Amino acid sequence: MSTQTEPPEQTDDEAETMPESEPEPEPPSPGDRRRAEKAEREADREAAEAAEEPDLGDDAVTLKVFRYDPEVEAKAEPRFDTFRVPFEKGMTVLDALIDARDTYDSSLTFRHSCRQAVCGSDALFVNGRQRLGCQTQIADLEGDVVRVEPLPHQDVVKDLVVDMEHFYDQMEAVEPYFQTDETPDDELEEQFQTPENREKIKMSTRCIWCGACMSSCNIAAGDNEYLGPAAINKAYRFAMDEREGENMKQHRMELIEQENGVWRCQTQFSCTNVCPKDIPLTEHIQELKREAVKSNLKFW
Amino acid sequence: MREYDVIVVGAGGAGLRAAIAAQEAGADVAMVTKLHPVRSHTGAAEGGINAALREGDDWHDHAYDTMKGSDYLGDAPAVEALTRESPKETIQLENWGMAFSRDEDGVVSQRPFGGLSFPRTTYAGAETGHHMLHTMYEQVVKRGIEVYDEWYVTRLAVTDEDEPEERDCHGVVAYDIKRGEIEGFRARDGVILATGGLGQVYDHTTNAIANTGDGVAMAYRAGVPIEDMEMIQFHPTTLPSTGVLISEGVRGEGGILYNSEGERFMFEGGYANNDGELASRDVVSRAELSEVNDGRGIEDEYVHLDMRHLGEDRILDRLENILHLAEDFEGVDGLEEPMPVKPGQHYAMGGVETNEWGATCVGGLYAVGECACASVHGANRLGGNALPELAVFGARAGRHAAGDVDDEPKITTGWSADSEEGENVSPVPLGEADLPSAGKGALADGGAASDDTASAVDADGVVESAVQAERTRVHYLLEKEEGVNHAEVRSELQETMTQNVNVFREEGALKDALEDIREARQDYQHVTVKDPSRTYNTDLIHTIETRNLLDVAEAITVGALARDEFRGAHWRKAHQERKDDEWLKHTMLSWNDGSPGLWYKPVVLEGEDKTYEPKVRSY
Repeated sequence: MSTQTEPPEQTDDEAETMPESEPEPEPPSPGDRRRAEKAEREADREAAEAAEEPDLGDDAVTLKVFRYDPEVEAKAEPRFDTFRVPFEKGMTVLDALIDARDTYDSSLTFRHSCRQAVCGSDALFVNGRQRLGCQTQIADLEGDVVRVEPLPHQDVVKDLVVDMEHFYDQMEAVEPYFQTDETPDDELEEQFQTPENREKIKMSTRCIWCGACMSSCNIAAGDNEYLGPAAINKAYRFAMDEREGENMKQHRMELIEQENGVWRCQTQFSCTNVCPKDIPLTEHIQELKREAVKSNLKFW
Repeated sequence: MREYDVIVVGAGGAGLRAAIAAQEAGADVAMVTKLHPVRSHTGAAEGGINAALREGDDWHDHAYDTMKGSDYLGDAPAVEALTRESPKETIQLENWGMAFSRDEDGVVSQRPFGGLSFPRTTYAGAETGHHMLHTMYEQVVKRGIEVYDEWYVTRLAVTDEDEPEERDCHGVVAYDIKRGEIEGFRARDGVILATGGLGQVYDHTTNAIANTGDGVAMAYRAGVPIEDMEMIQFHPTTLPSTGVLISEGVRGEGGILYNSEGERFMFEGGYANNDGELASRDVVSRAELSEVNDGRGIEDEYVHLDMRHLGEDRILDRLENILHLAEDFEGVDGLEEPMPVKPGQHYAMGGVETNEWGATCVGGLYAVGECACASVHGANRLGGNALPELAVFGARAGRHAAGDVDDEPKITTGWSADSEEGENVSPVPLGEADLPSAGKGALADGGAASDDTASAVDADGVVESAVQAERTRVHYLLEKEEGVNHAEVRSELQETMTQNVNVFREEGALKDALEDIREARQDYQHVTVKDPSRTYNTDLIHTIETRNLLDVAEAITVGALARDEFRGAHWRKAHQERKDDEWLKHTMLSWNDGSPGLWYKPVVLEGEDKTYEPKVRSY
């Protein structure tokens, strides 16, 4: 299926600028040698690409990638494209996608940036599960084919890129910023936090906003109003932070106790199962439910 | 056209801090970023924030360590601003709720880092940058600052006076990645570039794929000088197969480096008799490569970093993230076995020339963070000094752009009486990568000097004509039928930089690199975008980025060839000594209508109440 790049046409520039008389041949510099080797490699590669089906033997990965672009006639109907890319030890799904894009089809579209599991931009649906492309070793996947799709339950913008606006909106809905009853007056005075309390919120602070949890959640899929695991985890991060104080905790509990909040969770653990940062999302939601019950009891 | 007081380009640590400061000073602020803020590469920073917070420590000592670490290529007024204001900024982050690691008594923890005379690196596990990025983004959300995410700024709208010092920046042109539309953004008071690193010039780097030096290249082509570009930091502990960073925190906590013969070579090899693994980064990087080159590397490529002896509790408490990285990206369990590491490109000490307020010589144009050179890192950045740089200079530039500061800067920018001409010894013509039918200056450039801009009289007109130039450029790239894929040009460039402009540098190799860069420029003239779509066209984005990488790679190499001495991260085989008589000066490069001009300006060693006398740098 590949749309291969034709080699650029040879130009005559070099021939024209050659001096008329042959100069003394100089021994080739390391740079010249390297360039010559590069040209050779280049020629080999082109020859290999020219062959109808490049013979990659067993050391190749078959990617089946979801394609869709509403603007381009040939891609307006969703389909899967197949790419065969050479396998290398340590190769991740993201590496394979980049290779497919750079070698065969430069229109293949996906998000990526840090390629070390902190930016959260390459959450994908790989062999039926939400994963970060950069964190998923090809060698660890079962089967001969790597099937890559956009995150389910999100609108597809193009190919593997999904619309994240709803996810961001839900994150913002929980007031995702620190708010204290009082902060120190002195600009050099820190607040105190016990190591135990820091430990308690630690896992919740690891969220990289990748959206894998939201995509895996059946409830969120059927109910657009539900805050979803990532946003509730964000609420947990602040509600449990002792520095915010009791008044603010009360306010936060009110936010997440609303109809679209924690009570929607049906404890299916799918978010926890797919979280690439191992955040115990379901546990956090359950703990907030318990807190909510406790704080409501106070009024009786 | 959209209009704001202050426009911040890029939304990593420096951009977020700048936006908050400008907004607090009363400005109407917008942030324009090609990623979403939480995707920025600040999130990958691991180690920590240096700040003289504790009794027994003093910002003067931090300043001294930083000047020494810089190998006396840092400018004292900038270094003193950094070290004086870092404690305030660090506590500000704490007051915004950042989850720092804590001591038993509840105060924020600090740990030792390379090149520091006091354990002053404040941290949050081994994921300090992640916490800092999210904490600052939370404050941006709280304040309702407008964020244009997935909008790629491709050009600055700068007036066209002959001298850069007389030019003004009136805004930017940005491409809405999701819709494929180009729009102008007018800045009434200032544009702050905070576009981060340029590591994608190399093929083995800790940097994100998005770190393509966009801000540096755009400012450069708009006439702003770029400074000390040859000063590229190589981090001594990156994973060999991917370049993923293993924090200096591992060595800070007591991690040990071994060669293939099981020797603790930092001491036994005599590379750093006092500080061993905690010598500064350039020293450790060279030591590792020397071991490998002398046949004591493992698989002829890397050395081992061992942290097993620290014990599981301490590792889990302070370095847990490192366990995940080693496992996910190298298949190694750091609790059971040593981790393979080798040097990788990590940080650009050089960048857009600014004074200690982040201001450039072009009116209304600022640069902060890694894309800028104030300069605080000189020839070698100390671990733990990048995050305070983001906060301190982000805040300073934000306030200044919003008109909240009227201090006279001590660092001069632009050409002045102290400047001296340099001699360019490149074996090939430099610069110039205009696409053939693009019209003068307009297309490939993204620079100031286009025919259209010259005729524009008012600020809106300058932005409008810049928008027109970008529309023509993008149209040209999308319409061109046959040609080269950006990925080919990019990998050519990355290979030659890694091979020839790395930790160890030689004249012949640097000249080879310039020839290869020239070749890549010529290939770029035939570049084409195959994807015809307006929607989320990453083919187009990467093509424009690649143009930026070309200019950045050339600047690094020209500077490295010119500086025939050994200073900080810059090592030259034939010149293995620091030459203070000749080289206590900054390498400057100016883009004059497509032909880079080399010049120099002196280093400012005079601080507030002392002068930092260059000393032998031993660890």
